[in-house]
Amino acid sequence: MRHLIDILDFSPEELQELIDTANDIISNPAKYSEVCHGKKLATLFFEPSTRTRLSFEAAMLELGGNVIGFSEAQSSSASKGESVADTAKVISCYADIIAMRHPKEGAPLVAAMNASIPVINAGDGGHNHPTQTLADLLTIYREKGKFDHLTVGLCGDLKFGRTVHSLISALSRYEGLRFVLISPEELKVPSYVKKEILKAKGIPYVQTTDLEGAMPELDILYMTRVQRERFFNEEDYLRLKDSYILTPDKLENAKSDLSILHPLPRVNEISVAIDDDPRACYFKQVLYGKYMRMALILKLLKEADRL
Amino acid sequence: MNIDAIRTGIVIDHITAGSGMRLYELLGLESLDCSVAIIKNVHSDKMGKKDIIKIDADIPLNLDVIGYVDPGVSVNFIRDGKLVEKRSIEMPETLTNVIFCKNPRCITSCEQELKHVFKLTDRKNKVYRCLYCETKAN
Repeated sequence: MRHLIDILDFSPEELQELIDTANDIISNPAKYSEVCHGKKLATLFFEPSTRTRLSFEAAMLELGGNVIGFSEAQSSSASKGESVADTAKVISCYADIIAMRHPKEGAPLVAAMNASIPVINAGDGGHNHPTQTLADLLTIYREKGKFDHLTVGLCGDLKFGRTVHSLISALSRYEGLRFVLISPEELKVPSYVKKEILKAKGIPYVQTTDLEGAMPELDILYMTRVQRERFFNEEDYLRLKDSYILTPDKLENAKSDLSILHPLPRVNEISVAIDDDPRACYFKQVLYGKYMRMALILKLLKEADRL
Repeated sequence: MNIDAIRTGIVIDHITAGSGMRLYELLGLESLDCSVAIIKNVHSDKMGKKDIIKIDADIPLNLDVIGYVDPGVSVNFIRDGKLVEKRSIEMPETLTNVIFCKNPRCITSCEQELKHVFKLTDRKNKVYRCLYCETKAN
């Protein structure tokens, strides 16, 4: 049974297959509007995430399928003490595919080990969020037409930002990439990411605190939010939350074909004045996320012989 | 120093000097009724100094524990005074319920029934990571 727990579960060829499917869905939505007729997606959200849940639900509905599920742990059997393993076994009797979000790291893997239907990790704490990476990859591909030979700037919370770690992992498999890691000292990329991904694969990178200084060389700028929920200490959050705010003046020296991405939601790290700049891609990224989730649901249902 | 020869039992040899006690604890040898000897800082031509553990009974041993604590250790199985098997123990690919994940955000922190599984992710540097949250074992 194939699942998507970590972005590295899929080979670059499989990611390209998803991108090709997503592009085909964008070009021919009618062709896909009934392909999941009679199939059910279970959205098991043990912590609230309206955006991701609605994206999955919209994806399944646009494929002609149905959606069941819950949007917080209090309305599930977890509140009665049911284990993730048991939940996965029970939901396997009701649905054809699961999208699970859980505050504990590794919970979707436990579900995958116990379910008899495909499981998609829709975010597990600060660990993985592979479908966000799928959205990021389709955005980069549609904007740049390639993944190789790009200078990718990652800015903000690079320590707790799981989307950043997943994106680095996914892009590290392509050639000629260079990363510029822009963050405050306290929120730098963890050493294991540098050691086990960047250094191990010989991928060039620089670390800096200077966003404007790095700007001219960037092909991609991936902004992130400093997330309150990842801090044990409120003081640290308040001190670091406004470290980087992207405003139009900071883009003066940027390339004309720079692509600005953000996993959203944003707070104030990208000024709304940038929203109309043609280089702003973050709302397109949301749309592309839905198409990639559609492509993913199709792939996993087909591989599970449920389509 | 005189330690009696074993008739039927196990000799764990070539333990890195200083690792004997940790192996003794992780293997749960303190709960055995039979004689167990830990010999520390034994002269070794190959290693300089080494530790040895002798167990005077044929008990099931978790060899993964030995491979995790001290890869390269040899385990000798003795029956009726004769060496019947000698195994050189390598680092295991996975460890189950040998070490425990300390990440408070890991699913193992709240689901008590889950086995704590660690995978070898870097053999050269002997790095094990939690199967679920990928936290590095200390």
